[in-house]
Amino acid sequence: MSNMKSVYGEPKDNYMFKIRLKSTILFIWCLILTIICLLPIYLLVVNATRENTEIASGFSLVPGNAIKHNFEVMREKFSAQFKPLIGYRNSAIITISATFLSVFFSALTAYGIHVYDFKLKEISYTAILLVMMVPVQVTSAGFLNFMMKLGLYDNYIPLIVPAVAAPGIVFFMRSYMKSSFPLDIVEAARIDGSNEFRTFLTIAIPMMKPAIAVQAIFAFVANWNNYYTPSMILISGKPSQKTLPMMVQAVQASDKVRDYGVTYFCIALSIIPIVIAYVLLSKFIIAGVALGGVKE
Amino acid sequence: MASAAQRRIKSISYAKYGYIFILPFFLVYFFFQLWPLINTFIVAFQGNGTNSGNPVGFENFELLLKNVTLTASEKAQLLDPNTPDDVYNALAAKNGAAGIHTDFVNAFKNTIILWVGNFIPQIALSLSLAVWFTDAKLKIPGKGFFKVVMYMPNIITAASVAVLFLSLFGESKFGVVNQMLAELGIVENLDIANKSTAIKFVTTKWPSRFIVMFIQTWMWFGNTMIMLMSGIMGINPSLFEAASIDGATSGQTFRKITLPLLSPIMVYTLVTSMIGGLQMYDIPYLYHVGDNVSKHIETVAVFIYRHFHTGRQFQNYGYSGAASVLLFFVTLALGMVTFYINRDTDAIAKKKQRKKLAQQMKAQNKQFGGLGV
Repeated sequence: MSNMKSVYGEPKDNYMFKIRLKSTILFIWCLILTIICLLPIYLLVVNATRENTEIASGFSLVPGNAIKHNFEVMREKFSAQFKPLIGYRNSAIITISATFLSVFFSALTAYGIHVYDFKLKEISYTAILLVMMVPVQVTSAGFLNFMMKLGLYDNYIPLIVPAVAAPGIVFFMRSYMKSSFPLDIVEAARIDGSNEFRTFLTIAIPMMKPAIAVQAIFAFVANWNNYYTPSMILISGKPSQKTLPMMVQAVQASDKVRDYGVTYFCIALSIIPIVIAYVLLSKFIIAGVALGGVKE
Repeated sequence: MASAAQRRIKSISYAKYGYIFILPFFLVYFFFQLWPLINTFIVAFQGNGTNSGNPVGFENFELLLKNVTLTASEKAQLLDPNTPDDVYNALAAKNGAAGIHTDFVNAFKNTIILWVGNFIPQIALSLSLAVWFTDAKLKIPGKGFFKVVMYMPNIITAASVAVLFLSLFGESKFGVVNQMLAELGIVENLDIANKSTAIKFVTTKWPSRFIVMFIQTWMWFGNTMIMLMSGIMGINPSLFEAASIDGATSGQTFRKITLPLLSPIMVYTLVTSMIGGLQMYDIPYLYHVGDNVSKHIETVAVFIYRHFHTGRQFQNYGYSGAASVLLFFVTLALGMVTFYINRDTDAIAKKKQRKKLAQQMKAQNKQFGGLGV
């Protein structure tokens, strides 16, 4: 017995030691990944606070104090490319309306399919699932061609109204309703004399709040980050119409006045709001992504 | 009796609300998605530029898939001022179309290279992290924090990310990464006027591709990790417990339990990532200096966009449409493969077994003269 101990050591200690060693190594690996994830953003913040000449002189991990300078240069020399307030306004108009339409009409569609029995019920749901697979790029040539014929270019309508048909969100909401929206409630509301739309607005929507919140966040982020569709539809590229990502691209493309401090500053203006929102809502968002992994 | 009648009345009176509720979705869908899709197929068979709107048959597809070069006599005709106008125009159009095939093949190749190059490190990283984060034995502090940080790149505007990396990996003395390399002594000289030895992360072939792959991995590994984690957490924990009691190593547990039971989600991730890869647009489109998109990283999505967005008048809808149609069929094939892999093999096997059993019974019955045993 004592011989065994001398050969193998305390069995429990050995095991615990191994686990602890592995955990420590993994912790260090995770720290490295964290640095890789955050470093580009950190460098962005650092360089956004430095002057062009400072950036040329070498890299630094300490922020400078040229925020005001960069802001003034941006307003003087880059006013044609980057107008932050107008960019925020345009992005907000498109994003908020598109998100609202997506979430509301997806809930409506999911409710219609879930609650009522009608002939085309299953077919329409299958159709929605099939649509989910078609990438935007496939339809975009025909989409732009059609919008040009209708004269809807340089217009926000093609950027906002299509949000009504969001198959992915309908799919999610239907799955959610299947698990947590009993039809008896609709029946009870009918007996109490509520009409169908009122039942939807005052009973179904409040009950679906968790699903709506998650999908609203994702729709918001997707619309806010969208560069492809706006740059396609806003074909003339009028500065007063551009969204924030388009303005960032314009700053980068303006070769005549190259100022790295201002470039970084503009990028920072475009992503800082969404990073702050993410930090505040991160728990919600992570849970929402995890839900996506559960659906087989 | 009364209840059956009531039920009938109910189904008649409420069915119409079902249609009313789903109507807006389908109206918008037909107008903004289905018709554009059909329209894409239509423009794929129509001409380009000034010729747009006129049917040209399969010409666009031929130009995309077959190499067109002008013969020496045609070139001579093109230069000859006495060539009749219609012949000249046809030749000029052919000359303009000569580069399309190489462009398209190049874009297709780039799409595959960039996708493979970002998917492999991405899945390796996310799968290993997901397994470690869900391992009950390991105690990694700050799991929640790591998850939040690793997902963060995914929510940042891709267009801004492209411009950010373009600035960080710049080739002049302003490029932060080259500055770091200079500090480490790897790069000696960043002065462009004076034989700069800076690594050309933007304009050369493989370094620029590598950066795009890196950005894609950077943006997506957190998302994939969280999806896989929720998949692993859906596996019955008693299986892991039993394996650990039987003395399975963590490698064995991974190969024999986690991987097989995770395969539906793995396939789902693979296909969504593939379809996402076919759509890769923002970063390859923006990661370049100067006016033209870099040929080393131009993807099919960029090719499509570039052709229908060449200005308000001369849009090459034909090439874009034809490329989109090809992309559509690739996506369709991928989707069908998923459905095939993801089908319920247990159910199919059971069905077969039942059939076999029924046949056996039949045969037995015959043996005994049709009498049940």
